[in-house]
Parts: sequence; C-alpha cells; structure tokens
Amino acid sequence: MKTGLSSWWHRLVQAARLSCGVPDYDVYVAHLRTHHPERRIPTYAEFFRERQTARYKGTGGRCC
Amino acid sequence: METLATRPASMASKLAWAVIAVIGAACLGVITLRRGEPINAIWLVAAAVAVFLIGYRFYGRFIELHVLQMDPGRAPPSILRNDGLDYVPTDKWVVFGHHFAAIAGAGPLVGPVLAAQMGYLPGTLWILFGVVLGGAVQDFMVLGLSVRRDARSLGHMLREELGPFAGVVAMFGLLALMMIVLAVLALVVVKALTHSPWGTFSVACTIPIALLMGIYLRWLRPGRILEVSVIGLVLMLTSIAYGAHIAATPDLASLFDFDAKSLAWLLIGYGFFASVLPVWLLLAPRDYLSTFLKIGTILLLAIAIIFAAPDLQLPAVSRFVDGTGPVFQGQLFPFLFITIACGAVSGWHSIIASGTTPKLLANEGEARMVGYGGMLMEAFVAIMALIAAASLHPGVYFSMNSPSALIGTTVEHAAATISQWGFVVTPDELSRTAHDIGETSILSRAGGAPTLAVGMAQLLHNILPGERMMAFWYHYAILFEALFILTTVDAGTRVGRFMIQEIAGLVHAPLKSTESWIGNVLATSICVGLWGYFLYQGAVDPLGGINTLWPLFGIANQMLAAIALMLATVVTVKLKRERYVWVPGIPALWLVLCTLTAGWEKLSGPISFTNAAQNYTQALQAGKLMAPAKSLAEMQRIVTNNSVDATLTAVFMLLVLTMCGFSIYAIMKAWRSNVPTAHEAPRVALASATAGQRS
Repeated sequence: MKTGLSSWWHRLVQAARLSCGVPDYDVYVAHLRTHHPERRIPTYAEFFRERQTARYKGTGGRCC
Repeated sequence: METLATRPASMASKLAWAVIAVIGAACLGVITLRRGEPINAIWLVAAAVAVFLIGYRFYGRFIELHVLQMDPGRAPPSILRNDGLDYVPTDKWVVFGHHFAAIAGAGPLVGPVLAAQMGYLPGTLWILFGVVLGGAVQDFMVLGLSVRRDARSLGHMLREELGPFAGVVAMFGLLALMMIVLAVLALVVVKALTHSPWGTFSVACTIPIALLMGIYLRWLRPGRILEVSVIGLVLMLTSIAYGAHIAATPDLASLFDFDAKSLAWLLIGYGFFASVLPVWLLLAPRDYLSTFLKIGTILLLAIAIIFAAPDLQLPAVSRFVDGTGPVFQGQLFPFLFITIACGAVSGWHSIIASGTTPKLLANEGEARMVGYGGMLMEAFVAIMALIAAASLHPGVYFSMNSPSALIGTTVEHAAATISQWGFVVTPDELSRTAHDIGETSILSRAGGAPTLAVGMAQLLHNILPGERMMAFWYHYAILFEALFILTTVDAGTRVGRFMIQEIAGLVHAPLKSTESWIGNVLATSICVGLWGYFLYQGAVDPLGGINTLWPLFGIANQMLAAIALMLATVVTVKLKRERYVWVPGIPALWLVLCTLTAGWEKLSGPISFTNAAQNYTQALQAGKLMAPAKSLAEMQRIVTNNSVDATLTAVFMLLVLTMCGFSIYAIMKAWRSNVPTAHEAPRVALASATAGQRS
C-alpha cells in the first residue's frame, strides 16, 4: 500500500514539475552517468536554471 | 512482442459497455427532449461522461488500430533519441498530466460561456460530438504522426508532407492566430477589471508576488517550485482578502480604478516589459503559480458542480439561434462552431501534440490515452464552464454579456431591455448580484471570465456558505483567469517574437539571431504592437470588443485545426490507408466549411465588417454622427477598425483555401501512387532499441 501511494506521489510531483518545464533531475543524472561519464554532473540548481531558460525559447508551449 | 490486436471481449465487459451506452443515451434523451421544466446539471455531466467513455473505448481505439496503426513494439523518439532532458521515456500518467496542463487554458472556459446565449443544448451537443469526432481525433492523430517522425513540429511536418511553400503559408497563419489570441485574451482581462478596484488590485499584486517568488527560486532555495508556489498561493489569497478593504476605502479604490482604455495601455506596457525581462524574474514564477492554480481551480469547479448539483436556468434552446443574439452576432451555423473552439476542436493543440508530448511518450500504445484522452478531459472542462453559465439567472447572464450599446448603462434600462427579450429580471436582482460579488456593476462584462466567476462563486457559495464568501470566490475566479491569461500574454509575446524573427530571417538571414538585443527589442515591439492594436481596438469598441474579436479568434483557431486535420488526411492517403480517409477528412471538411462560411458572412452581408465600415463611411460623407460614435474622429476609427478586421478575415480565408489546394494536390498525387509515400522514420524494434541502450 505504501509503495503504491508513494509511487503515485512521485508521479504527481514529476507531472507537476514537468508541467512547469522541469524534467526529472534524477533521470538526467542517471542518463549522464551511463552515457556520458566524462561530463560533469550539474547541481540541481544549475540544472533548474538551464531548464528554466530553455522552456521559453521554443515555440508553442501552452494553449489559449 | 506486444501487439494491439483485438482480443475477444469478455461477456462482462460487453455488458458493462452496454450499460454505459444505455445510461448515456438516457441522459442525452433527457437533455434534448425534456422541455418546460429545468433540468439538473448532473444529467449533463453523466451524458458527457458516458459519451466520452464510449468515444474513447471504441472510436479512439478504432483510430489507434486502423488509422494510425500504433505499434507498441516500435521504439518511440523518447527511446531512440533519449537525452535525459527533452527526450525522456516517461510514465504515461505523468505524460498525461503534463499534456493536459499544457492544452487546458482560458479557451474552453470562455467559448462555452459566450455560446450559452443560444441556450445550453447547442453548445453541449457540439462539445460532445465535436470532440469525439473532431477535436480528440486531431490531437491524437497529430501526436501519432509526430511520434512516427522523430517528434517533429506541426510546421516541420507540413513542410515535409505538403511542400515547403505550404510550411511558409502555415507559419504566417500561425503568427496571425497568435496575435488575435493574445489580443482577445488580454481583452477578457480588460473587461473583467474595468472599474473594479478589487480585481485590479489583486491582479496587480501578482507582479510583486511573482518577483518575490523569482528571487526566492533563484537565490534562496533554487528550484523548489512546489514550495515557492505554496508561498505564492498564500500571498495571493491574502491579496484577494485585502482587496475587499481597498474596494471599501474610496481613497485607495481610486488608485486601482481604471477604464478600459487605460487598462489596455497598462497591459500593452506590461506585455512589453514582461517579455524583455529575464524569464526567471517574472514569467517563470508566474507560470508555475498559474499552472497549479489552473488545475486546482478546474478540480474545484468539478467538486462545486457535483456537490451543488444546480438546475440549469437558461433555456435549452434560446430564440437567439436565429442570429440576433446580443453576445455575438450570427446564426447557429456557422457561428456556434466558431465560438466554441477550444473544448470541442482546438487548432492550438496541434502545436502541443507535436511539441513536448511526443518527446516524452514511452510507447506508441500510450498515445491514445494522452492524445485522445487528454482532449476529452478538456471537453469536460468546457462542459463544466457551460454548466456554470447556464446555472445563472438568464437575466444576470445577459446583463453581463450584452454590450452597453444594447442594454444601456443603468440597471433599470438593462433590466427593462432584457425582460423584453423574454428573460424577466428586475433592476434589484442585478444590483443585488453586483453587491453580492463585491462590485458596483455587473453590466456588460463580456468575455466569459466574469460570467464564469459569478457562476462559480454561486456554486461554491452553495456548498460553503458564509458572509462575504461570494465576493471572495468571485475575485478568486477572476484572479485565476487573469493570472494565466497574463502568463499566456507574456509567454505568447516571446513566442510571437521568435516567429517574427524567423519570418524576418527568410528575408534577411542575420535578423534571425535571437541573441541580438536590438533584434529582440525590435521584434518584441512589432509583436506587442500587433496584438496591442487589436486589444486597443477591442477596448474602445462601442460594441464591447469581444463581439467583434471573438469571431476572428474562432475563425483563426478553427483554421489551424482544419490545417492540422488536412495534414492528417494527406498522411492517411500517403500511407495508402485511403479507406479511412474520412476519419480526419470529415472533421477537416466540416471546419473548412465553418471557417469559410463564417469568414464570408463577416466579409459580406448584414453582420459583416465590410457592411459596418460602409455604413459609417456613408454617414461620415454625409457629415452625420452614427451611434454609438460620439465624434467624427470616433466614426473614422470605427471605419478603419472594421476595414482592418475585414482584411484579416479575407487573409484567413485565403490561407484556408491555399492549404486546401495544397492538400488536395498532395492527396491526388498520393492516391495515384502504388506505394506509401509518407515521410515516416524507419521502424526500430523496441526490444532492440532498449537492448542497444543497455549495452
């Protein structure tokens, strides 16, 4: 029961962050570790800033 | 390998679907056939749920299996191009939540409220059947196409499948649509805040609150979005509560009391500065707050409707289906289908369904839930907005949504006029409603937001009664709409700026650089100038602005939907699945028909922009003043504005026709070909892609 609830909570937080244009940090770090071990891992603050700027660069994004 | 091949359904499931079908049919029967006595909103909710479930299970699945032929064994872009940032295979519920948050906006809340002038039935039926056969089909198919093409954007797919010139034409259409969207949404805010010190104060407060949040997120607790949003929410609720004090103190109230013209200028100035400031300072924090508030308010509205279970007070079909309505002019066909765009079919979604969402989808088998299901959820929001409007006293509804040129500026005059229309209301009822919501007047506040706010306030007041609570809920609802409209305005201005730079780059390549400061300021000024022009025009329009601008917005939005559906039709033929061409083809044809008819009526005939321009020109030449203009200069302005609107309508029609031409040409060519000619990315088996990533 607890795992079920906490996994839903995790999904909720993930969806909420993603709706604001911030993807999952842990997933990104895991990706860097496996595929680009030579790159430096950004801190969460750096990651967040980079994503924040990136969100408003493209086109589209939201509806009327 | 997993497949989507149909399993024979069990007896229990067949029975369950039969029960849902019977319940749905019964509810629809009650809504459409019962006359004379008011029906309860729950019938509408139940009918909507049944129709959506059946649409999702059967039609959505039919499209998934036969038209798009989604393949769960095929690796999607999120796996093939996984970069941990933009392309990430993501849990389907998370993708669904993100997609819904991106598509749901002010549109589904405004259109149905305006369309309620024809009664609740036409709007309900169009939302229910429009979404199942058109809107959700568009969202799902564009998502499906994009997933098969490395998550490419709509513009890119149009260039690939219809040719480069079609892509450029669509780009101009998109920019024009964007400008009208921003103007009409900003106008909704202007209408809601005109001479409302309470509302203006609390909306103004969101600026310092956002700045504070931005600084907090940047320096104090970087990246703590949820935490800072809670702080922002508390501050905002405090500002609403304090707004009552502002409104009650004349000295303070006068500081926040503006007419429509000044508000329009303030918004234009705000739009410019907000979009040149760094995003982290103002735009991003406001965006977070408005995203959460939007979802929260939609939930609140759902709870309020279910618990308050109001009776619908508006008639099922009002006499204004004949085209004489005060809220917008024009007959049921085509104007109902233009007025309710978002919620039934929204072209804008094709941009999101070919934006971030296809980059996150972990499996093609989940596209139906996200694309088709997400749009059904939005249609449900539209139904709730319609219920909120239809549960108002009709007299209150019409006094809020009719322009002052028709109902005058006093409650006595308004009540007399509206009672003559057959919706009996006393001046006292109108004043009391205004007093209940903490405002001095409710007259002529067109634009949907205030009407929805009154409806919502009454529903919430029913379940949570309390002294002055209605005024609080009203201003909460206004603030929530204003907040995310303003976020759309500055985010949209940025997007518009990039579009302008891209178009300028076609002529002179260096203009494309988004790093240049002068280029930025120049493009921003052009962008703000464009939507600002239409906003100002709406604010000074004697007919209230919404009356004029909403049809333009509807035509533009449905034009984009028609383009997206035409793309889906072309690709279906190119894939040699001609036998399913009607799935995207019929809604595409319907929208082309609606936009062209509405466009034509706005170009020639009694309700056209051209006709209005001619009438005022003739009066000008004769040296006569024509109401509601009060000077010759105002007359001249009405002529100019109507000519501009007529030109824009003609441009939209030309765009639709051009895209039709390109599509028909592409379809004919593909039909003759013996082999599929669509530009799909090659299939990579999911099993081999995931194995490759692991090694």
